[in-house]
Amino acid sequence: MIDYSSVLSTCPYCGTGCGLQLQVLDGRLVGVLPAKNHPISEGGLCIKGWNAHDFVQHDDRLRTPLIRKNGKLVEAGWDEALSLVAEKLGAIKAASGPDAIAVLASAKCTNEENYVLQKFARAVVGTNNIDHCARL
Amino acid sequence: MSDRLPALRAAIEKLLPEVDGVLGLRTGPAGIVAPHLFVKERAATLDALAIWPKEPVPDVLKKILKAHPTAKLGIVCRRCEERGIVEMAKHAQFSLENVTLIGLQCTHDEAVFCRCSKPATIHAKITVGTPIEGVPDSVTDDFLKLDRDARLAFWKEHFLHCIKCYGCRNVCPQCFCNVCALEDETWVETGRLPMPVPPMYHLVRAMHMTAKCVACRECEETCPAGIPLAIHFRLIARDVEAMFKYETGAVITQSPPQLLVLEEGEYERTGLPH
Repeated sequence: MIDYSSVLSTCPYCGTGCGLQLQVLDGRLVGVLPAKNHPISEGGLCIKGWNAHDFVQHDDRLRTPLIRKNGKLVEAGWDEALSLVAEKLGAIKAASGPDAIAVLASAKCTNEENYVLQKFARAVVGTNNIDHCARL
Repeated sequence: MSDRLPALRAAIEKLLPEVDGVLGLRTGPAGIVAPHLFVKERAATLDALAIWPKEPVPDVLKKILKAHPTAKLGIVCRRCEERGIVEMAKHAQFSLENVTLIGLQCTHDEAVFCRCSKPATIHAKITVGTPIEGVPDSVTDDFLKLDRDARLAFWKEHFLHCIKCYGCRNVCPQCFCNVCALEDETWVETGRLPMPVPPMYHLVRAMHMTAKCVACRECEETCPAGIPLAIHFRLIARDVEAMFKYETGAVITQSPPQLLVLEEGEYERTGLPH
């Protein structure tokens, strides 16, 4: 059976939130079409949106977290990677206080993801040092 | 628009058992419409069959047929899309033998939206809706009233707003070259905005669309800068018709002029003023 369908998504590149249709052919992402009756982008996309599918199945894309061990990046599982990050952030917070840590959010994330991130910064880490990656 | 929907659904349901799928439009989340391949194994998806807005379905057909060259597919197509499919077949993008056209006749309002002079299908054996007459293209007509300096100023102003999204190329059913001149630094400098004058991007595209543009106006619809691109493509099409007696997508057996070597006398030098 040939399987072609469109999956409505939001462009991952900036905060505008243009609507795009991911073209899926036999389970593979093959392209992007603008969403014509989308209330925000009204059928238009910029060059980033038109190419938003390119990185998804790219060979260069990392498929697992990498941890530097003895100066070399080694593939690791998510549990190991997240435990290591938690351990290091915890150690920095214990040694230098929560304001030694800053968090940078991203326009590529959804509103909800960015909300969760600021919650993490303020409630878990205990710092107001949260900003947008565009101000890096 | 709604009266065509049950008839279109019936036509697709009738064709489905004979083909591997029928390409049409489907309403998705939030009422947003997109191309979809309806297959007999999942016929219930036809509940979400849609008609408008029109989408660049010929390009989707090409994508599916490149992956499945022997597949038998049906496609719901308007006149402009039908023209696009015929031209793609002439340029060896796929074979028409395995494609069944379901012609969807546009309504007057849709023709007005597209400023379309030829909204009635001519090739499809199966058709849905009532064929209608074309409407005038007042945007192109108004442009033609301008003098040469005003026309230059008109295009300079419009191309100044181009953000080089390449959307007009990406969405075009007739842009299918393996190597694209618009990605060649000789013609189009990466990252340069606003466009230089003359805007080579648009001039190269205009040349490459000669005897290819099928007047679907998808480029104009997707342009974030609202550039009325159909004006120059339609005027080029007018000249091609006058010079080479060639109308894109009209006669399946007629070779396009780019694929012919014409001898002096086989074409007319019209001396058109631009």
